[in-house]
Amino acid sequence: MGVRSWIEGWPVYRQLTGTDPLGRGTAAESAGSRALTARTDTADSMARSVCPYCAVGCGQRVYVKDGQVSQIEGDPDSPISRGRLCPKGAASKSLVTSPLRQTTVRYRRPYGTEWEDLDLDTALNMIADRVLAARDETWEDVDAEGRPLNRTLGFSSLGGATLDNEENYLIKKLFTAMGALQIENQARI
Amino acid sequence: MAEAHPVGFQWVMEAKRRGAKVFHIDPRFTRTSALADSYLPIRAGSDIALLGGVIRYILDNELDFREYVVAYTNAATIVTEEYADTEDMHGLFSGFNDDNATYDQSSWRYEGHTQAATTQDSETQRETAAGLENESHGAPVGGETERDETLQHPRCVYQILKRHYARYTPEMVERVCGIPQEKFLELAQAWTENSGRDRTGMLVYSVGWTQHSVGVQYIRTGAIIQLLLGNVGRPGGGVMALRGHASIQGSTDIPTLFNLLPGYLPMPHHANHPTLAKWVDSIAHPGQKGFWGNARTYGVNLLKAYWGAAATADNDYCYGYLPRMTGDHGTYQQVLDMIDGKIKGYFLLGQNPAVGSAHGRAQRLGMANLDWLVVRDLFMIESATFWQNAPEIETGEIMPAECRTEVFFLPAASHVEKEGTFTQTQRLLQWREKAVEPPGDARSELWFFYHLGRVIRERLATSTRPRDRALLDLAWDYPTHGPHAEPSAEAVLLEINGYDVTSGRPLASFTEMKDDGSTAGGCWIYTGVYADGVNQAARRKPGAEQSLVAPEWGWAWPANRRILYNRASADPDGNPWSERKRYVWWDAEKGEWTGYDVPDFEKTKPPSYRPEHGASGVAGIAGDDPFILQGDGKGWLYAPTGVLDGPLPTHYEPVESPVRNPLYRQQANPTRKVYTHPINTLNPSPPEPYSQVFPFVFTVSRLTEHHTAGGMSRTVSPLAELQPEMFVEVSPELAVGRGLTHLGWAHLVTARAAIEARVLVTDRLTPLRVDGRIIHQVWLPYHFGFEGLVTGDSANDLFGISLDPNVLIQESKVGTCDVRPGRRPTGPALLDLVADYQRRAGITPGQHAPAVTEDNEGKEHGAS
Repeated sequence: MGVRSWIEGWPVYRQLTGTDPLGRGTAAESAGSRALTARTDTADSMARSVCPYCAVGCGQRVYVKDGQVSQIEGDPDSPISRGRLCPKGAASKSLVTSPLRQTTVRYRRPYGTEWEDLDLDTALNMIADRVLAARDETWEDVDAEGRPLNRTLGFSSLGGATLDNEENYLIKKLFTAMGALQIENQARI
Repeated sequence: MAEAHPVGFQWVMEAKRRGAKVFHIDPRFTRTSALADSYLPIRAGSDIALLGGVIRYILDNELDFREYVVAYTNAATIVTEEYADTEDMHGLFSGFNDDNATYDQSSWRYEGHTQAATTQDSETQRETAAGLENESHGAPVGGETERDETLQHPRCVYQILKRHYARYTPEMVERVCGIPQEKFLELAQAWTENSGRDRTGMLVYSVGWTQHSVGVQYIRTGAIIQLLLGNVGRPGGGVMALRGHASIQGSTDIPTLFNLLPGYLPMPHHANHPTLAKWVDSIAHPGQKGFWGNARTYGVNLLKAYWGAAATADNDYCYGYLPRMTGDHGTYQQVLDMIDGKIKGYFLLGQNPAVGSAHGRAQRLGMANLDWLVVRDLFMIESATFWQNAPEIETGEIMPAECRTEVFFLPAASHVEKEGTFTQTQRLLQWREKAVEPPGDARSELWFFYHLGRVIRERLATSTRPRDRALLDLAWDYPTHGPHAEPSAEAVLLEINGYDVTSGRPLASFTEMKDDGSTAGGCWIYTGVYADGVNQAARRKPGAEQSLVAPEWGWAWPANRRILYNRASADPDGNPWSERKRYVWWDAEKGEWTGYDVPDFEKTKPPSYRPEHGASGVAGIAGDDPFILQGDGKGWLYAPTGVLDGPLPTHYEPVESPVRNPLYRQQANPTRKVYTHPINTLNPSPPEPYSQVFPFVFTVSRLTEHHTAGGMSRTVSPLAELQPEMFVEVSPELAVGRGLTHLGWAHLVTARAAIEARVLVTDRLTPLRVDGRIIHQVWLPYHFGFEGLVTGDSANDLFGISLDPNVLIQESKVGTCDVRPGRRPTGPALLDLVADYQRRAGITPGQHAPAVTEDNEGKEHGAS
């Protein structure tokens, strides 16, 4: 190391002579921090997304590395949020990568005291069986005066305010075609 | 707002920096209060009294924006002489029917009008939450009205308003709300001074307003003020609803609600809507002004989107396939039906009612009495594990080996693992790109319901039963992709937008929809989101490169319009009210409306246009009628129909209150939805005896660091760490009075439950002087439950079930309770404690106060 680079290695020298007189940027960088790269720079891809918590609709940029979410940041382009996120929005990466997330189907049989494993396809078919059975057992063609009812009150649904419009559209369409009226979401609550 | 919508709050701070004065009204001093110019502590449940006081202040001092009020509101409209006000009826309006506790609304109508047939049955309207249909259009009313534009006629709306709010004096505001008169006057003065040609004021509310037995009327009161001050349809004005869930606006527009179909079309009622024609007429109201004249088009397009080629003119586009309502099929009715064993199965889709809905014990006991339950969520939430870990296990009310509910937990895809649109609080649709594949068995709801439908249709493929036709004829052929056969969200969005059936061309506007089956569209108010074959919701032109309106970021319904009713931002002649507040105006040279936003008016209809006598539909709207979805084109100060608890907001006490209503004999909303069920026991309120057993007011709200029932925050370590424990905030005065120690334990008791919490003694809560006595309020967060990284008792367990009559939303922002030092008892002793309180309060399970309040002054409520 020459004398010149030794002197330039001093932050105070860089602060006094360089473009960072307040010493809060390049002047304060150590060799270690200079070598760091932001996860956002090394990401394989970035998706434009929206925060899933409240209804303000803050823009999010979701960075992906090796097929995993590596960072979620506020989107500075958003005219709503201008790049900001609140504590919840800023914790979105922890939400989607949480080790507590369930990633397999769990099944509790009637009167069971423990969870069991179940194959997803089997679960889907078992649910279809139960929906059809409940619908048949509780189907109402007409009311007491013979007016059409075309419905079942045998099962119900609650949810949808954190789901996408396209999802809610299909849920409502399928329930309506099944004659299943009892469908509600957080908007009622 | 700073607590629950922090990033949205940056704009309040921007406004403050530019000189706006910020008032914060809340039972509890919060981060919002800390940043406001003025903070007004209020007794929970008394907001109509405060706002009514502001209305009186405006009218008494003639501070309304008179030119706006005369031209754009129904202030000048004359009401029939049959109308009698709460002033003359001890807090009831004319038309009250004791038998079913509803109003016959006919005496509220405009002079010279006959009431629309479909609004006559108030009980059916209450049972079916018919008020929700008005989210996109006004209740039906004839277009031509008798008016006195001098506002002097004793039965014009302006004078009725004046009489109705005469008793809402500053003294009365202080007496009811606990707000000192000088604080009230500071608010009223600032609000009125900041409104007019050059200035606008904005009103912001959240669920603190909707979750009341008079929730709709809270918002109506705010809207009356904003109309009187000319703050609607103008930049910097409005009544801003801050909704609390990413797409809760979307889930109302494209409703997963029992009483609505997409675009606020009503789900048919068995008696009122036997045919397509009757259903359409009940929406369009032939003879009425405005865009709902095209209801048949919107309805036919939905049916065509649902049933595709099977829907033809000959079969009324499969209208007969739609299921029919017979009454209230809402979430609280469902829960009581579960307890009574009437419901077999339940789907929970990203929702956690064991913690998030009122009366948690009823929710959990209901779920424990099902045949099967499907929970789709990211995490193992309380509503999936109630059979294992609910508080009712400890009390012996649920025993795993005796609970028959079969539970399927299916992991869901997160917001970054699927693509689709949210509709946010400003009616803005924003498309999210997919970042990664969901892990393991996790799938989107799109995947689950598409494949569930596919399997069900395959099972029924050979069925010849009429009931299965609706499923077999369903248009259910969405393209899929990827290893899991994920359906295309864009294909679904295109169907929602609407398209030409022959060419497949996406429609650009709902005005392109036809009622002959040649177009199909799943939600008419969203038409245009796929205009030109482009996913408009995916637009991301940076805000810095656009005007303040930012029209090229996402897409807002309807027609990418950012401020509704923005015709009102110009004066009746079409000129801006002022340069400062210029927004949308009439360009006489070009002969069209223009401005910074998409004009909310027919583009070439001049301000001078006057409809011919008898004109209806869109042609009936005059060139100076900005409120184009109202039957008379006017903003409604007075609602001649459609609001079930009265044409004007009136202060009633919460269903549970320690205070006798200082304003009227009538104590609580007489038309509230009541459920008589042994599990739904309510605390007594005056004039019922023993209300002093539950002497304190409690209210709940959100912490910045948690979200709703905790399923997306108590499971996330940074958030759990920031707010690790259930607590209750109490004032220093109450702490002394009840022997509560800071950071010690307390428990709260109601007729439903007893819960415990750590005590936070803070002057963020202040005792209020109400009607001559001190009222203590306590505050709790409602996020806690028994699963997740951090756990605690659930505040919603404390609430009973009483609903607003218009929309069937529960009163879960205010109740009464007792507060005691120390931890609550456990096991069966917990039930004993609650039973002991019920006994002391003289109440039996399922008891509730009568709809109409009688007191010592006599039984008659009709006589003055």
